Amino acid sequence: MNIIKFKKKDVYWYLFIIFLVLIPLVPFIANNSFIQHVFILILLFASMSQSWNILGGYAGQVSFGHSVFFGIGAYGAGMAVVKYGMVPWPGVLIGAFIASIVAVIISYPCFKLKGHYFAIATFAIVEIFNRLFMVWYWVEGALGLDYPLVEVGWKNFMWYDTKIPYYYGALILFIVIFGVVRWIEKNRFGYYLVAVREDQEAAESIGINSTMVKLTAMAISAFLAALCGAFFVQYNFRVDPPMVMSLSMSMTFVLITILGGAGTILGPLMGALILIPLQEYSRALWGGFGGGIDLIIFGIIIVVVVVRQPRGIMGMISDIKKYSQSNKKINFNIGKDKGGE
Amino acid sequence: MTMFFQVAIDGLLMGMVYALVASGLSLIWGVMDVINFAHGEFLMVAMYVSYWLGFLMKVDPIISWIASGVFCFILGAITYRLIIRQCLGGPALSALLATFGLSMILKNFCLNRFSPNYRLLTETLLDGKKIILGKVIFPLPQLVTGLFALAVVFIIYYIIKRTRLGWAIQATAMDKEAAELMGIKTDWIFAFVFGLGGACVGIAGGLMPSYLAVHPEVGGLFGLIAFIAVAMGGFGSIPGALLAAIFIGLIEAFGGFYVAPVFKYVVVFGLYLVVVMFKPKGLFGW
Amino acid sequence: MALLEVHNVTKKFGSLIANHDVSFNIEEGQIVGLIGPNGAGKTTMFNCVSGLYRVNEGKVLFNGIDITEFPPYRVAKLGAVRTFQIVHPLKDMTVFDNILMGAYLREPNNQKAIEIAENCIKIGYLSEVKNKRAGDITIGLKKRLELARALATGPKLLMLDESMAGLTSTEVKESVELVKNLRDTGITFLIVEHVMEAIMPIADKVVVLDGGIKIAEGKPEEIIKNEQVIEAYFGKKYSKKLQAAKGVEKSV
Repeated sequence: MNIIKFKKKDVYWYLFIIFLVLIPLVPFIANNSFIQHVFILILLFASMSQSWNILGGYAGQVSFGHSVFFGIGAYGAGMAVVKYGMVPWPGVLIGAFIASIVAVIISYPCFKLKGHYFAIATFAIVEIFNRLFMVWYWVEGALGLDYPLVEVGWKNFMWYDTKIPYYYGALILFIVIFGVVRWIEKNRFGYYLVAVREDQEAAESIGINSTMVKLTAMAISAFLAALCGAFFVQYNFRVDPPMVMSLSMSMTFVLITILGGAGTILGPLMGALILIPLQEYSRALWGGFGGGIDLIIFGIIIVVVVVRQPRGIMGMISDIKKYSQSNKKINFNIGKDKGGE
Repeated sequence: MTMFFQVAIDGLLMGMVYALVASGLSLIWGVMDVINFAHGEFLMVAMYVSYWLGFLMKVDPIISWIASGVFCFILGAITYRLIIRQCLGGPALSALLATFGLSMILKNFCLNRFSPNYRLLTETLLDGKKIILGKVIFPLPQLVTGLFALAVVFIIYYIIKRTRLGWAIQATAMDKEAAELMGIKTDWIFAFVFGLGGACVGIAGGLMPSYLAVHPEVGGLFGLIAFIAVAMGGFGSIPGALLAAIFIGLIEAFGGFYVAPVFKYVVVFGLYLVVVMFKPKGLFGW
Repeated sequence: MALLEVHNVTKKFGSLIANHDVSFNIEEGQIVGLIGPNGAGKTTMFNCVSGLYRVNEGKVLFNGIDITEFPPYRVAKLGAVRTFQIVHPLKDMTVFDNILMGAYLREPNNQKAIEIAENCIKIGYLSEVKNKRAGDITIGLKKRLELARALATGPKLLMLDESMAGLTSTEVKESVELVKNLRDTGITFLIVEHVMEAIMPIADKVVVLDGGIKIAEGKPEEIIKNEQVIEAYFGKKYSKKLQAAKGVEKSV
């Protein structure tokens, strides 16, 4: 993490954002609702996975429970609109704060657990929440929440005839979440996350309170995940427990991040760029063939990538860079090399 | 009172099957430190093998468990060779995610080929038969399956603890490099263990189509319960997995009957969290 | 008030008593050596002081504050920082980032932390490998990295655990110089060592452990003549021979 390099990366980043802002203006895309849908999903899932990345990639706490926070966020906004007939925004905020608090309460005891025990504990938590929400009367249980017709616009964050405002909403979400991770990377907190991930004992010996670091990562991660959930329910017009609080939803965030490259800022975006179009197009094209073919291909891709390059697409890119660099630099000054001194 | 025993017996018999599935996973986890996310799907495959043998060739599950067991042994060994072996040096997550991918492939393959319909073998040897003690009914298919599963667990445990092969497996589990220095072919051991884990599940799955419907999603919950049982019992401990699995079977039965079906699993998963709060490495983990 | 006070610390692992009723003090500005044969309980004592282990009995006071129950990060924050016998570099990060990690303890601000890190790089003679991956450098450099990183946290007491092990004699001399220079800037040292050339010439006093108990404490010149110390390192038989030889010398 060389501080000087960041300035150059920033320029590319701003250009990319401008590019994203201009996309819906391209006529081909402006008229095709399906493509807009795919773009929106890419941004949403990239944001969602990025929020997981804070905990699972940077802090190294691989949790499969993130869909719980996604779901709490979705229900937060959903309840505000469906049950209380308000605008979603208070629900969004409350949902996000509740998600954070729940995250901290649950994870504090779980951080004692190592490796697989921790992962399995997170499975257990998702399943528990899933089933509890299924029978919870106040949130309409298994029936879920169905959105009524409301006035179109940013106040209600709802549009029926066009997807373009949703696209810009997703873009804002994306910029915010990626911005947060950017900040983390450049400052002490990001360094501390990596230290705790790599070598907790060493980190503690230089004064890092690893529990605090992990809990903070958890809280931030859950908060952002909940915001994504709120967006989801506003876009989807309905929510029920299996849709959001499921193990498979959690798996999706984990997979996208790992495939793209965990612990890197662009990883979740790379992963989403590849997997979401794949998912949506193969469902559209082959969904009819007795089902499942798109998922078989999905599964094959997962196996191949995880086995060949566990550091994901960003890992592949950095390997290619290293390879081309090492080919250029042939060291003729053999005598000068003093073995690292 | 009869109801209590009935529920207990149902839970116990189910628990014994869980125990066999969990033992296979525990073995794999203990020796290779790998969670086979496709374990439940291996079970599904075994059930389909047994179902088709029964449906197409009238082979009774009492015999086809052998075919299922062998099939899943081979499936396990191949999975190790092609997938797991590459993941061993890398981050701990790799094997889990790779086997997740495998589980997707297997599940959706069966979905695609065999449709999502529930299938049950109806004309088996034991179908509909039962033993009645007092007022408690012991359905024969479940009884035979449960006892057989228990027997296999004990056999596996015996192999691990008392045979030379078992010692080689234990050695590899404790310290792979030291084992290699002793001349143990750890690569073969790993392949064998993964195959054996598959075979456990294969045997369980082979017997079940006589009373449990086969469909592509059947592996999901079994797999999850197996993970919970193994983690609750402790890394690498077959007695732990056995105990936990039977416990889970009982809780599932009692919770479902006396509380509400929905809470069955809430209690099971909640129990795992409680156990692990006090014993972060499971009941008997090392 | 001494900087570090260890009062009657006992640490058991089951029935194995690793430290038994050990007490010693360290005054500010001292270089104190902690020596003893293998298995004497030196690293255990370190771990007890730095908070990695919980003591069974006894107290540890740092700057007057009771740190006996403190977790490792709190002890480090107070200013008592330790290095590890088996080095713990953050392998995938650069040498510079490793040290930056230590600097961040007192300085959350990026600019200031970078300055501190740059300074520590110079002090530790690590400028050449600044941007190399920490896992790729030699063991000698890794040990210097560990020292520099601990230094960046702005410690009052630096506890070095066998930081000379595995170094060439030139590297040992350089590290000894480094320790002396650092002491002159006001840092107190507690050093566990086997390499006698490294500790005896610079220590103000030496504490000797054997089998979990403190058998001697005093200036280096006194310690090397101490019978119990000789016996601990060389065994009863040799010690007796030495005594006999001395006895012969005296009477001659």
